[in-house]
Amino acid sequence: MSDATLNPSSRYFVREHHPENGTLLGFWIYLMSDCLIFAVLFATYAVLGRNYAGGPTGAELFDLKLVALNTSMLLLSSITYGFAMLEAGRKRLGATMGWLIVTGLFGAAFISLELYEFVHLLHENAGPQRSAFLTSFWSLVATHGLHVSFGIVWLVTLLFQLKKHGLTHENMRRLTCLSMFWHFLDVVWIGVFTFVYLMGVLP
Amino acid sequence: MSDHNHDHHGHDDHGHGHHGHDDHNHGSLKSYTIGFILSVILTAVPFWLVMGNVFANPATTAFTILGFAAVQIVVHMVYFLHMNAKVEGGWSMLAMMFTLILVVIVLSGSIWVMYHMNANMMPGMDAHQMRNMP
Repeated sequence: MSDATLNPSSRYFVREHHPENGTLLGFWIYLMSDCLIFAVLFATYAVLGRNYAGGPTGAELFDLKLVALNTSMLLLSSITYGFAMLEAGRKRLGATMGWLIVTGLFGAAFISLELYEFVHLLHENAGPQRSAFLTSFWSLVATHGLHVSFGIVWLVTLLFQLKKHGLTHENMRRLTCLSMFWHFLDVVWIGVFTFVYLMGVLP
Repeated sequence: MSDHNHDHHGHDDHGHGHHGHDDHNHGSLKSYTIGFILSVILTAVPFWLVMGNVFANPATTAFTILGFAAVQIVVHMVYFLHMNAKVEGGWSMLAMMFTLILVVIVLSGSIWVMYHMNANMMPGMDAHQMRNMP
């Protein structure tokens, strides 16, 4: 009798081990759902991206040198986040926070350049209401930019948590989640600079 | 009872093994460096192809840079996101495959359907008029 009740409960306890790693899988599934949001925005851009309504075209609006600079900022922030994770693995708090700050600065540079581009577009009378092309462009690029902005907010929050609690188990989990989020946004940006900017200026 | 103990111990061992694997999964300086150098190359070449007008035919350029983007996405997945079939016992890979199938359906389906809508539903529209469509 006691054996019969013991066995299922022991299995139950074994299952309780899982939520420890469950966060990372759950966060990965959130990223996949985010990926679907971007897929829909990419599909919208693919359908509407050449409907200029007599307005400016991508070839007239996009400054590829600025986009190249922007891309390098995001790429550099990816590798510096990697360095932060490596230092965190070695349990070196100061170096981890240092690389995180560098990552945040690269992210902020990316957002600043993007905002500069957006202001420039608005001055050219190329706001989101100008044409179907510009609506889909602004939806896609600004959604990505918003994600990066929230990533920076998360990063600053994490810096305070690290300063207060150090490299605890919980903070390592948070660091890993933000790492996935940050690298995922870089992956989305590959799609944006290829599909929107580079292909947008092709005749 | 002894059987139960053995069972529990086995699971514990598995748990520790998994933990060790997770730590290993944060990558190494070497893997991050390889990933970074590869992505710099895979980013620079498409920009050079477009800004330098290397190919005369725009369609060739378009397909080439799409190919570079696909390779770069895989590079980022492997070297930065440390994606492989073993993460979370394969569930991460499964979720990604499912998402990729949905993404392919959404993208190819939208482009295909809307292209044919444009081609079939609006007779008498030439390229110049299409340019001025909202």
